[in-house]
This record gives sequence, C-alpha cells and structure tokens, in this order.
Amino acid sequence: MVKNTLNVGRIEEGFVLDHIQAGKSMDIYKYLHLDKLDCCVAIIKNAKSSKMGKKDIMKIECPIDFMDLDILGFIDHNITVNIIQDSQIVDKKCLHLPKKITNVIRCKNPRCITSIEQELDHVFVLTDPENEIYRCQYCEEKYR
Amino acid sequence: MRHLMSPLDFSVEELDRLMDLAGDIEAHPDKYAHACDGKKLATLFYEPSTRTRLSHEAAMLNLGGSIMGFSSADSSSASKGESVSDTIRTISCYADICAMRHPKEGAPMVACRHSSIPVINAGDGGHQHPTQTLTDLLTIRSLKGRLDHMTIGLCGDLKFGRTVHSLIHALVRYEGIRFVLISPEELRLPSYIREDVLDQKGVPYEEVVRLEDALPNLDLLYMTRVQKERFFNEEDYVRMKDFYILDAKKMALAPEDMYVLHPLPRVNEISVEVDDDPRAAYFKQMQYGVYIRMALILTLLEIEV
Repeated sequence: MVKNTLNVGRIEEGFVLDHIQAGKSMDIYKYLHLDKLDCCVAIIKNAKSSKMGKKDIMKIECPIDFMDLDILGFIDHNITVNIIQDSQIVDKKCLHLPKKITNVIRCKNPRCITSIEQELDHVFVLTDPENEIYRCQYCEEKYR
Repeated sequence: MRHLMSPLDFSVEELDRLMDLAGDIEAHPDKYAHACDGKKLATLFYEPSTRTRLSHEAAMLNLGGSIMGFSSADSSSASKGESVSDTIRTISCYADICAMRHPKEGAPMVACRHSSIPVINAGDGGHQHPTQTLTDLLTIRSLKGRLDHMTIGLCGDLKFGRTVHSLIHALVRYEGIRFVLISPEELRLPSYIREDVLDQKGVPYEEVVRLEDALPNLDLLYMTRVQKERFFNEEDYVRMKDFYILDAKKMALAPEDMYVLHPLPRVNEISVEVDDDPRAAYFKQMQYGVYIRMALILTLLEIEV
C-alpha cells in the first residue's frame, strides 16, 4: 500500500457518493437509514480532494432501485452520485432540492401537532427554493 | 370537497362571492332560515372558546341545521389519548361539517386529510384562525367600503396572535395595503410572516413600539390581547399584558374614520370608555362573524339558496 492511501474495493452494483462535505458522511449514513439495511457500506472520511481540500466518500453496495436518494439533495446538492452496475459507472445523478421530505427531519416546534401525535409523518415542504428553506407541512415552522 | 385551513384557501374572487353572500344573509335572513335543514355541524373544540364556538353554532342554527360537539379536550376522547385522525374519522360518520379548534398547530390539517366531511379550522395554536380573518375582512369591507389602499395598524401580541397572522396573509392580496406593526420587542411578528409574506410580496410595513406614534396615520386599528395561554412562563405574561391600553385619550389622536377592531375577548387592552366611541367596531365585528360563518357553511356544503 502506498503511504497515506487507502484502497477500498470496487462494488458490483450500488452507489458511490463523492464530494461529500468532509465530516458529513455519518449524517448521510443516518438519513439514508443505512444502519437498517443489510448491505456493504464503505465510508471514507477526510479523503484528499483537489477541489474541496478534504471530502468524504461513501460506497454503498445494494440494488440501485433499492434506495431513494432524493434526500441527498436536501443534505447537500453538491454531492456527486455515481450509479454503478457491473462494476462500471452507468449514470451520474444530478441532485435537486426535493419538494417534500418525509420522516427525515423532525419538527422542533413544541406547539406543532407532530409533538403529540406519535404516528404522524414529519413532512417538510420546500417553500423557498432560492434560499433552500423548508417548512413543516403542519405548523409552517422553518427547519434550521 | 373543500376545507378551510387558511384564509388563502379562497381566491380574492371567491372571498368576494363569500362576502356578497354574507351581505345577502344579513339583508334577508328569512331566505336562509331553512337552508341547512337536516344538516349537522360538529364543533370539536380542544381548548376553551366562547365566541368562535358559539358563532359557528349560531350560524348553523340560523340556517336551520343542528349542532353537536365538545368544548374542551377533557370532555372528549382526546383525554383517553385518541388521535386527531381517529377522532375525525369517527365524527365524519356523525356530522355533515365540522369546525375544529386545537391548541396544537396543524391539527386541523391532520383532520382534513382523514375526513370525509368539510373541516373548518377554527384556530390552531398560534398558527391560523381563518374564520376570524373572514370575519375581519367582512367587517372592514362593510365599514370602510373597500379592502384595498389602507394603512392598517396591528397592535399587541403579534408573535402568538394567530388572528393577526391570518389577517396579514389575507390582506396582502389587495393593492395599496400598508401595515404598522405595533408591539413590544418580545412579541414582534414572526420571521415566517415578516420575511416570507411581507418582504417577499413587497408590502410596506414599519415596526413601532409606541401606539401613540402610529395612531394619527391609521385607517384601521386592529387590537389584540396578550394571550396568557401562549406563554410557557407566567412572569413573561405578567410583564407583557399591560403593555398597550387603548383609551379615550389615545383615541383623540386617531382620525375620525379610523375604526377599531378586536377579535375579543379583551382583557384590559381597550378601556371600556372607548366602547361608546362610534369608531369602536368590535361588537359589530361579532355580528359579522355569524353572517360570514353562515356563508361559509353554505359554501362548503355546496348549498345554493
């Protein structure tokens, strides 16, 4: 192994998420509920990047129709999503801010109905795409 | 099927039609006395209210319909832990239309998603209170003859005062509206209204602390109560509650055609000596509240007379 490098093997089918802001990969792990999936995940933190200085990379081995990646647009739409099939990049997905996100973030307004109705989905709607503002569908509280 | 969640659920044209209908009801009440024969209104009030609940009930009774419901969470299955969505599914089997007040913001929206009858949001926490807004709009239109080109002072608790939030949403759709926001620092209008509604639509406004400074330039003054139930802390409430008191001396600073509105109940923010002033319109407002709710019930039930 060359000094200061780390090799992670190819994946057959799945996703390579590149240009993740350094340190954010564990958030993505959580948001994509990867802890609940029985698949192979490699997380590379603080990899060297000519563009970003430092970045995180994730490799997720799973069927490509298995995962909803829209949420990545909410976390950071600068992430590059490479879609892998037969160990080759077959597509690069452009990320957009999703119009609606369900059960990813929770409304923190103590006066919101979601604070007492346990079964209720926590739904946030993109109300201002320019400033990337999401509001709770029920109480309109801004997500910070 | 339509619900009423926010004053923006109706277009300006639909609002005009609704207010025209309310005007016709006021002029010819007998014509509408049996319009809702056999129909039932359920009032689901999870927190106390006098005016809003009774005015909905009066509206349905005036239309010949009947009423049912509860007036506090303690006297409903909510006290046993029943969810809003389960309650509304049940009520949908009993009534033709319902009005819901709930201390939690967004509760009526949850209800309308599971309801098979029209749901009227009768106030959800500090969020929206659309039927009050419809009342306010009808009152303003009836007294001033228009809803555009006005300077409107909003005074008191602008932070938690849902009537104010709903009224702003509704009035920014009319041309030439300008707001003077009169409140203590701690009770200023929330950013989601200031930035996303007023700033985004380019509606002029100024924020002032002293009521006296604003009065001479207003076409309309909308007073609100500092609501004890919105404070988590008794100390903060006590500090804020006497911040504004409108009395005869202050009214002397106001133009002769500046009407005073208040969603009521008042505590002491309008002195009783103002009640005899011809510009005090808050009791007329209550009567308009019944007419507009009658018009709303007819519209949501799609009953034509």
